Amino acid sequence: MHPAPSVIVFTTLSGLGFGLLFWLGLGLPAVSGWVAFVFFAIGFGLAIGGLLASTFHLGHPERAIKAFSQWRSSWLSREGVAAVAALLVMGAYAALLIFFDIKVTLLGWIGAVLSLVTVYATSMIYAQLSTIPRWKTPLTPALLLAIALAGGALLAGQITYAQILLPIAGVLQVLWWVRGDGALLQSGTNMASATGLGDIGTVRAFEPPHTGTNYLLRELVYQVGRKHALKLRAMALMLGYILPVLLILIPFAHALAAVAVICHLAGIAASRWLFFAEAEHVVGLYYGKR
Amino acid sequence: MTHHQPKIDTSPKVSDEIRKTTCYMCACRCGINVHLKDGKVAYIEGNRDHPVNKGVLCAKGSAGIMQVNAPSRLRAPLKRVGPRGSGEFEEISWEEALTIATDWLEPVRKENPEKLAFFTGRDQSQSFTSFWAQNFGTPNYAAHGGFCSVNMAAAGIYTMGGAFWEFGQPDWDYTKLFMLFGVAEDHDSNPIKMGIGKIKARGARVIGVNPIRSGYNAVADDWVGITPGTDGLFILSLIHELMKAGKIDLDYLARYTNAPVLVNGDPKSPEFGLFLRDDDGKPLVIDRKTGKLTAFDKPGVRPDLHATHRAAGITHRPVMHLMAERYLDKQYAPEAVAERCGIKAEKIRTIAAELARVAFDEAFELEHEWTDFRGEKHKTMTGRPVSFHSMRGVSAHSNGFQTCRALHVLQIILGTVEVPGGFRFKPPYPKPVSAHPKPHCGVNPGAPLNGPHLGFVQGPEDLALKEDGSAARIDKAFTWENPMSSHGLMHMVISNAHAGDPYKIDTLFMYMANMSWNSSMNTGGVMEMLTDKDENGNYVIPRIIYSDAYSSEMVAYADLILPDTTYLERHDCISLLDRPICEADAAADAIRWPVIEPDRDVRGFQSVLCDLGARLKLPGFTNEDGSAKYKDYADYITNHERRPGIGPLAGWRLGKKGLTHGRGAPNEAQLNSYIANGGFFAKHIPEGSNYYKPWNTAYQDWAVEMGIYDSPQPYVFDLYVETMRKFQLAAEGHGDRQPPDNLRERIKATMDPLPIWYAPFEDGNVDPVEYPVHALTQRPMAMYHSWGTQNAWLRQIHGLNPLYVPTKIWEANRFAEGDWAQVTSVHGTITVPVAHMAALNENTIWTWNAIGKRKGAWALSEDAPEATKGFLLNHLIHELQPPKGDGLRWSNSDPITGQAAWFDLRVKIEKVSAPSESLPAFDSVKSPVGQGPDHLEWKVGK
Amino acid sequence: MTQLPEKTDRKLGLVIDLDTCVGCHACVISCKGWNTENYGAPLSDQEPYGGHPSGTFLNRVHSYEVQPLATSAMPHPAAQLVHFPKSCLHCEDAPCVTVCPTGASYKRVEDGIVLVNESDCIGCGLCAWACPYGARELDAAEGVMKKCTLCVDRIYNENLPEVDRVPACVRTCPAGARHFGDFADPDSNVSKLTAERGGMDLMPEQGTKPVNKYLPPRPKDQMDQIDVLAPFLAPVMDEPKGFLGWLDKALEKI
Repeated sequence: MHPAPSVIVFTTLSGLGFGLLFWLGLGLPAVSGWVAFVFFAIGFGLAIGGLLASTFHLGHPERAIKAFSQWRSSWLSREGVAAVAALLVMGAYAALLIFFDIKVTLLGWIGAVLSLVTVYATSMIYAQLSTIPRWKTPLTPALLLAIALAGGALLAGQITYAQILLPIAGVLQVLWWVRGDGALLQSGTNMASATGLGDIGTVRAFEPPHTGTNYLLRELVYQVGRKHALKLRAMALMLGYILPVLLILIPFAHALAAVAVICHLAGIAASRWLFFAEAEHVVGLYYGKR
Repeated sequence: MTHHQPKIDTSPKVSDEIRKTTCYMCACRCGINVHLKDGKVAYIEGNRDHPVNKGVLCAKGSAGIMQVNAPSRLRAPLKRVGPRGSGEFEEISWEEALTIATDWLEPVRKENPEKLAFFTGRDQSQSFTSFWAQNFGTPNYAAHGGFCSVNMAAAGIYTMGGAFWEFGQPDWDYTKLFMLFGVAEDHDSNPIKMGIGKIKARGARVIGVNPIRSGYNAVADDWVGITPGTDGLFILSLIHELMKAGKIDLDYLARYTNAPVLVNGDPKSPEFGLFLRDDDGKPLVIDRKTGKLTAFDKPGVRPDLHATHRAAGITHRPVMHLMAERYLDKQYAPEAVAERCGIKAEKIRTIAAELARVAFDEAFELEHEWTDFRGEKHKTMTGRPVSFHSMRGVSAHSNGFQTCRALHVLQIILGTVEVPGGFRFKPPYPKPVSAHPKPHCGVNPGAPLNGPHLGFVQGPEDLALKEDGSAARIDKAFTWENPMSSHGLMHMVISNAHAGDPYKIDTLFMYMANMSWNSSMNTGGVMEMLTDKDENGNYVIPRIIYSDAYSSEMVAYADLILPDTTYLERHDCISLLDRPICEADAAADAIRWPVIEPDRDVRGFQSVLCDLGARLKLPGFTNEDGSAKYKDYADYITNHERRPGIGPLAGWRLGKKGLTHGRGAPNEAQLNSYIANGGFFAKHIPEGSNYYKPWNTAYQDWAVEMGIYDSPQPYVFDLYVETMRKFQLAAEGHGDRQPPDNLRERIKATMDPLPIWYAPFEDGNVDPVEYPVHALTQRPMAMYHSWGTQNAWLRQIHGLNPLYVPTKIWEANRFAEGDWAQVTSVHGTITVPVAHMAALNENTIWTWNAIGKRKGAWALSEDAPEATKGFLLNHLIHELQPPKGDGLRWSNSDPITGQAAWFDLRVKIEKVSAPSESLPAFDSVKSPVGQGPDHLEWKVGK
Repeated sequence: MTQLPEKTDRKLGLVIDLDTCVGCHACVISCKGWNTENYGAPLSDQEPYGGHPSGTFLNRVHSYEVQPLATSAMPHPAAQLVHFPKSCLHCEDAPCVTVCPTGASYKRVEDGIVLVNESDCIGCGLCAWACPYGARELDAAEGVMKKCTLCVDRIYNENLPEVDRVPACVRTCPAGARHFGDFADPDSNVSKLTAERGGMDLMPEQGTKPVNKYLPPRPKDQMDQIDVLAPFLAPVMDEPKGFLGWLDKALEKI
């Protein structure tokens, strides 16, 4: 899959943003006034920034409002609805907290749940796709939720939770990679089933339909940079999970926490690039590619 | 929740108007419906009523809309201002262009018309362009047949009065076994696809013989991955098997072929090997009923295949005996040919058995009574449901003529030509050699040539030689080097003109022939010849006039460009005098007409020739008062008469009692009738006349009525071609006209009157151990020559052409995807991208034809993949064979017809690191039309 | 509407005969032509005369080489080449429809055709991700998803003669390798062909239940099979002289 920067930025930032909002909704940390304003601003900034980034890959962003209509069947629609609901609820909760110093705990809890639902819906956009066996697993929502929660905890200064959640996310990440590497093979979809010619013999792609490229090859059969995947994985693991844990093990300092957050963000961005770039869409089989 | 969905308009207006004309995206010439919206072309589809395509249309045809809007279209006449080859031109007016052309050509005609060489490439108006050239008086005219498929055409006509290709077709309704050999995709392409689909739907078997298993061969039930150049040997082995088993149609051979004709058996006679003839010159047979010598066509005669005639101590034997002697020889046994052909002996036997089984065990009768030319009535027509088709693959070898002959002999001994289920001719074929013109080369300054340029020689006396024995034609057609070169040798024109051999010319005038690129062998050399200067600094070929609709590679090499229209902006006729579009069951012809008007200052080339002809005062183009005879090509199509009552178009002529077809006076409204009828005319052959045509009196009479013949022309098939024997006799020292000594042995060896096989010349000229690999090109179904590349839709399908390499060579060189190879022939080297193909003869590599492009041509950007990764195999092929140390030039052609031997090529291949672009790379030429737009959203309707 | 209809009245679709397709790309271009001029936005081309030409096509022809396994009857089977046209299969359980966030993608209840309502399409591309067959292409100029409409603007079009009310690709196919009809009708041409020739689904494990069916190539190279060899021809003689003797006798019988 083509690792479009807009989508990487979107999922990385909005995941982190909703992760932060989750913790803020739970009252962790219990902030108020200007401090609350700063925390919420970061949370909203990340979440909304991510959502805005996601519209950059749309052919017609001006019609984006229509995307809220199909929540009955479409995870993308559900994500939009959940995101708006989460932002509205958390907005109300934050406004009351910041400007009126009123803490409506229930509202915060509802916002927290909606934030997680949003991240879950995002993850299900990917996890639902049988066409991309690497994504089609409950590990995908588990991983994306774990990353959002861990990153949110880190950003919210919830060191204890972060110390627990970051290793969990890291382990999930490794599991997700290990499973993913065999997923296409395991899926049972291959050139034989794609062409129906497997009963005759071994199928090999001969001439492609066009000698040039096309939308499908650009979007779904992205192969560039896969050879660096292992190095990138090590980097993602180190930056995204191991380094932040190590950094927050050191007695607390704001500077180090900021470094931990930046490390984490960079690591998750790398992981997310791999999430797309390594994902093999079954349509690649028609082109003899994966 | 209930399901709701948007309402859509499922009956939108399709177009304002449909105009029906003829496609020109290849040589197939299908009928098309051109849908117009607001006067612009909105959509093109096949014409369901049309005899050729019956509604279907290939990729090229459907992409015609992108050809008509192509940015490569030339926009106005051009005069060269930079050096030749630079592409620097200035636009001039038509008046200036025609004045220049007239000023150049007038003195040539007055002084020595042979100084004009007029060659017309992929012209579909050859009966017109040849008429113009004949009127001009130059002997130097031909179209592209010589480098295309003259072996196929000539072998067919010399053997049976018609060939595959547009001359005939398998009987798709009845055939049960269809065997096709190396087929070019741009001739009869839709009919063949339709036919294959039709017979496969009813479970008939298809055998494909081709080194490459693509296209038709991919859908063939059985594939014979033959070694290139050995088809003839394979076919002779099938003949060996069939004869040995007695699986030949003796009745058919006796009645309809020259198998029973007696051959002079006296080795001392100057007529040794010629037919015994009676006083009327009719070949003699022994009548099986009387045992007497009889003219072959005498009513009631039953020619005997077995009996001999003994006179003066000499036994004269029938052709059948000579065939038995030749083909039963063990050299043609499957075991003897298997290795050379790359086909297992068992497979050859299996195919022979299957041919015999279907031809004889599945024979059937159609209840059509008919009368043959000897007056004998037949109650039924016997069908033998085996059919063959072949085209350029077997043709483009130096042994191609004999190979094509062998294939015809194979189908004739099976008794499957012109019978139900077999191969059937399309009018105006069948047409024996004797009904064709002979070549003419009689030049008279200021006057027309003494007859048509091209034709079919019947002996040394018909060769186009000057008094001193030198070649009369610039391409040396109809000389001892290639006596039966019925289509000329376009591929030799530039080379010979440059060498001044046989003589120098003044003006080279070409139409639709990309000679500085994919239409020439030795492309780089041709570019040098076109730009070469003599010691005085003048171009060796002094003047070049070129007409094309598009900015092809050739444009840069001309001094004067006459821009043609696209095919939707012009008149044309697909004439019975030319290469028509008939079906086996109907005579048909067609027109093109301007369904849209040009938006540029361009003119149809044929109309320009009418104008130029009048300016030059050519008799066929000038009235007695000196005025122009034809306003334009449409006027010519309507009013020209080749013979009284016979014009370019057969439909809707004026008879004594109103409109008639076939013979009749010109009809001013004829083109309107064609337009009203969908752009074509078809007249069906009555049932009972539509098989056994060469011998069927009902067909012969119908053909005379239609104007196809002036009198009935029944004939028998020439298994043994006496004309070829005449050339051998000359080489053996008989007669007034004899070949030069250096050619005697070759003529004796190759011009055998019965089909033989000899190794392609390249095998003898280069070391097969050093150059072990055969290299071929194929035409993609979605492209036609170089034209497809300017087409925004088609070039996305074939924008580059990898060199396909079989598994054995792939593995030996440790090739991997993305690798490049250096391919070397004795003549040149190319460096090109490779790709793996398993379904390929293990000693053959190949690529798609004419995808590679010169930078700057066709309005493409310079980084177009066609120019950076695409390539031509042409750089590896020379128009001459390697020097033999005798100081002579030996053309790389079939020694009988002069057909360019493209597919003889042998190469070696090795892996090299990838260069930045395919090699050889040439400088870019300046585009006279700029470059195409960077995006297209082509919707003409609102 | 993004939800799939529970049932469609008809199941219109194509049968594609892999035994007959010669890979000529006629269907590709005919489709391009019709759909550039008709339903929705034109199918655009980027760099049509440039270094990287790339356009929107709703139907593309792949080709595959298939190497059969050696058997005792055929120890050295030749590789085969199969041309493989591919366009939208108008799946019964079309995943491209259910993922659409705006309802632009829908399956028609009357005939099962999967369509994109372009004015509702935001060009998010998710439907193309969800389609295993590569049947959807986002048009680079228009920013909306394009796909095979089964020529919905031809098959009911009263401005066309009835015989022409078939998809453009079917009308143009020279080899007759494409067939159009109603799979819900067991007596239709497409249902019969599917039954007779073993019409198959592509990627059945994806659970999309494609409507379009592919007819597999018939067995090839039977002549190379040792056990089905027809008897070779029996010679009538050994020497050319023997042939003449046979000839005389044979002629007597005519």
